[in-house]
Amino acid sequence: MKKLVDIKINGKSYLMPEGITILEACKRAGIHIPTLCYLEGITEGGHCGICVVEVKGARNLQRACITKIKEGMEIYTDTPLVRKARKTIYELTLANHKSTCPACQKEEPCEIRKIAKNIGLSEVEVELLFKEHEKDRSIINRDQTKCIECRRCVNTCEKIQGINTLIVDGKGFNSRISPPYNLPLKNTPCVFCGQCVVRCPTGALTEKDDTEKVLDALQDPNKYVVVSFAPAVRASIGELFGLPPGTLVIGKLVAALRKLGFDKVFDVNYGADLTIVEEANELIERIKFRKTLPMFTSCCPAWVKFVEEFYPEMIPNLSTCKSPQAMLGAVIKNFLPELENIPKDKIVHVTIMPCTAKKYEILRPDIMGDIDYVLTVRELAKMIKIAGIDLLSLEDEEEDIPFGEYSGAAAIFGVTGGVMEAALRTAVEWLTGETFSNLDFVPVRGMKNIRIAEIDIKDLKLKVAVAHTLKAAQEVLEKIKNKELDIQFLEVMACPGGCIGGGGQPIPTTEEILRKRAEALYTLDKNKEIRKSHENPFIKFLYEKFLGNYGSEKAHKLLHAKYSHKPNWDDIFNKSYEEICKEVLKY
Amino acid sequence: MIDFKVIGTPILLRNIKKIDPESIEAYIETGGYEALKKALKKSPDELLEEVKKSELRGRGGAGFPTGIKFEIAKNQKETPKFVVVNAEEGEPGTFKDRIILENDPHLVIEGAILAAYIIGANYGYIAIRPDYTLAIKRLEKAIQDAYKYGFLGDNILGSNFSFHLKIKRGAGAYICGEETALLEMIEGKRGEPRKKPPFPPQKGLYGKPTVVNNVETLANLPFIIYYGSEEFKKYGVEGSYGTKLFCMSGDVSWKGIIEIPFGVKLSEIISLAGGVKGGKLKAVILGGVSGSLVKYDEVDIEVDYHSLGRIQAGPGCGTIIVLNDKRDIVDVCENIMRFFKDESCGKCFPCRLGTEASYRIIKKIKEKKANLHDLFNLERICKTMKNASFCGLGQTAPNIILQSLQKFKDEWLSHIS
Ligand SMILES: Cc1cc2nc3c(=O)[nH]c(=O)nc-3n(C[C@H](O)[C@H](O)[C@H](O)COP(=O)(O)O)c2cc1C
Ligand code: SF4
Ligand code: SF4
Ligand code: SF4
Ligand code: SF4
Repeated sequence: MKKLVDIKINGKSYLMPEGITILEACKRAGIHIPTLCYLEGITEGGHCGICVVEVKGARNLQRACITKIKEGMEIYTDTPLVRKARKTIYELTLANHKSTCPACQKEEPCEIRKIAKNIGLSEVEVELLFKEHEKDRSIINRDQTKCIECRRCVNTCEKIQGINTLIVDGKGFNSRISPPYNLPLKNTPCVFCGQCVVRCPTGALTEKDDTEKVLDALQDPNKYVVVSFAPAVRASIGELFGLPPGTLVIGKLVAALRKLGFDKVFDVNYGADLTIVEEANELIERIKFRKTLPMFTSCCPAWVKFVEEFYPEMIPNLSTCKSPQAMLGAVIKNFLPELENIPKDKIVHVTIMPCTAKKYEILRPDIMGDIDYVLTVRELAKMIKIAGIDLLSLEDEEEDIPFGEYSGAAAIFGVTGGVMEAALRTAVEWLTGETFSNLDFVPVRGMKNIRIAEIDIKDLKLKVAVAHTLKAAQEVLEKIKNKELDIQFLEVMACPGGCIGGGGQPIPTTEEILRKRAEALYTLDKNKEIRKSHENPFIKFLYEKFLGNYGSEKAHKLLHAKYSHKPNWDDIFNKSYEEICKEVLKY
Repeated sequence: MIDFKVIGTPILLRNIKKIDPESIEAYIETGGYEALKKALKKSPDELLEEVKKSELRGRGGAGFPTGIKFEIAKNQKETPKFVVVNAEEGEPGTFKDRIILENDPHLVIEGAILAAYIIGANYGYIAIRPDYTLAIKRLEKAIQDAYKYGFLGDNILGSNFSFHLKIKRGAGAYICGEETALLEMIEGKRGEPRKKPPFPPQKGLYGKPTVVNNVETLANLPFIIYYGSEEFKKYGVEGSYGTKLFCMSGDVSWKGIIEIPFGVKLSEIISLAGGVKGGKLKAVILGGVSGSLVKYDEVDIEVDYHSLGRIQAGPGCGTIIVLNDKRDIVDVCENIMRFFKDESCGKCFPCRLGTEASYRIIKKIKEKKANLHDLFNLERICKTMKNASFCGLGQTAPNIILQSLQKFKDEWLSHIS
């Protein structure tokens, strides 16, 4: 038990645990204090000063977010001095911020707008301070005219991903948040995970907006536009339509996609099942033929880029399997023409992803052309709203076959540990030659950053590890390099919690929300009749009709990828995205 | 070469221009390192008592009691402990640390060793601004010689006390003089202030107990330890003992350093520097541009903490910038705010944005394009900076502006259209 201390807030006495901040104490007392830079566990630097309060006896106003309470402390949260200071700081912040709210991609989650009601400013009286800057556009767009220098992105990239792409450069009014030397993001080791985007309180960091292009394609009579949505999308999109976190939205989502005009609605979960059978097969081969181990999962493009950039010596450990999105992309572009009797160049394939890195993945050389546009969950919600569709009032509909059917194993791909569990369900059966009914590999579940589990079934002994966030991944890789950890299989997802916490998800994503989204996906798995990827009848169909065996030459050509330390991104990126699209789509 | 003058007997400038600063032998001949020899025969507790009794206060600006700072660090259980000599000297118009370091480097080294012995530190840094090249050169030699003579290193003079001292070249930014930013810089990070508490004596360099002291503060220690606090307190006045270096600049006939015992009148100091040049006295910027503004009719005041406190002023780091009546107060304020907007570290909003915004308003006022409303905004922004900035820089940056708005209100208003 923590010691309790006696404090007063606005004249009222409270007993509060020693060591908590004034901000926390006020929260417990039901008093809201506005903040702008503060983000628990990430940014606790006291930068903005919006949260200042008066403390009796103190010479200056105190920052509630970083000042700890003490016995006998008397705190005043709403004095004229406090109000004036907050207003002035807020006013200065706005003076240095290019406000274009109605046309800002941040929309409602914008925290500058959110705290306005707690400040009550009616006019910016001081001269506007901000300078015009050119936008840095790539997968993630940086707009310095909107950056308030709260440093959340800097802290996020450092503390969660351990990459330090963004730094504080320069000092005083001339300081800015940017990659070193203000390089464009595309020329840095940024993995485009988008974690900084979901934490940025403003429109300074946003994902590349592809909604317009997709809407255009939908209107083009010469195009056959196919859409597939990722495992984690169904667990979160409801939040953008007012549903509580953790509500599964599948049938209505399918209906909305059809209403938007997509000709076919498929499911990336199908791609996930396909990934599992190829990946389980690869794992078994690696074990049998004593090839490079441990094998690393390769379904997270941010993680793959991270290995290419920072651990090139470990590239051979990466599974050659493409990600579910990329596999499905290859399958659709190659086999849908025959199945539906449509010319290949008429097909436009759009995916809905919880992820910003997936926008980058489709530009990789051996994937390019298979998927035309990636939309984040936020972008899709925006499109649905633009089209005036009332999602919640729609009747449930089902995905199209054959690429809309999936197993429970695929359903949990969106949660950290899910890929591992799905792969184990298949690999263990294939390795032991037996069928199992208990399919829950509980030790690989959970939200701990690094989880290590041993599988001991019959003669089979496997040691595996699961990590989420690249900071945690680095820890595991270092242990593997130093021979402190001996495992056969490693799953890494770059985002906290896996794709349910992806950079393309609704804002905010809190720990509580993550837990709820995860629960939703585990429930979906539990309720599925088929819970192993290799039992998905349409996977069997695909191999029988087109691919032959698991790991066949044809499967390799379409479903496996190559990696390299110095990917030709410069070439790719130096062309504009529009040029690439033109090339690929022959528009 | 910086010129100097003295009122009474000097403590700090006693060797200046009398001994060869590059010769440790010369320093020893004048009684150098005797305080250290004497100290090693006593316990750190006894010495701490002596420093506390001397009522020595920090000369870096804030005037914090040095003995208390030592005591906090001494009482910490964590080791290792550090002594950091703050030789960043970034305040415009300040060059007193430089004169000591260039002319009597061993005085500071001896002071640092004494501080280390008292708090139980085995490592120390002299953090110095990179453009003090002569001082750096002389310090390098002095440290080498001190090692040779066994004043630095393991088992100093045969005792079981060890202390190692290194020079750390600073980043040349004003904020790096702030003690916690200084520590960040030594750790190789971006020089930005830390949240206090914990204070450096509790958690300082690498999270370990650290005393950060100004060059001039430490230069007092050999005297206090050798002659005792009684002798030290014969200098100065109650609450402000010892002597203080003042850097004279601006509109005075003579520029340089004056060492005075506390309690001498400000007007007397100005007279000693040959009086005001180019006109009549308008005001004095005292204690640096982050310090206070003393109006011409206030200068007949004793320079000590107590007396100056009565007019919301203080000796600060010991800078006297004299302004004659040809100076335009708005112009002076514009210069000051230009300095701060460039030197703000950028960590916190009130200072990063407040310095820029108020600079622009002052400029507008100077150009006679402003109205009364702008003046209100200026005051409001300055007050917010003072109340809500993260560190001392932003909190003190508007000092002169706010004081001038009171003391030279009419002059500000005369610029308003
Ligand atoms: C913005 C800022 C700049 C400072 N610059 C210096 C400096 O250049 N030299 C210095 O000795 N103290 C400087 N200080 C004061 C230090 O933070 C610290 O109080 C001092 O080094 C303590 O030493 P003392 O107790 O011996 O005075 C500065 C403080 C602030 C807020
Ligand atoms: S970041 Fe917020 S305040 Fe700024 S333009 Fe966008 S919505 Fe408006
Ligand atoms: S996208 Fe990810 S890797 Fe890139 S800057 Fe943001 S947090 Fe860092
Ligand atoms: S880009 Fe966004 S998160 Fe980063 S400092 Fe600017 S406002 Fe904050
Ligand atoms: S007050 Fe100024 S110098 Fe201090 S932390 Fe804030 S921005 Fe940096």
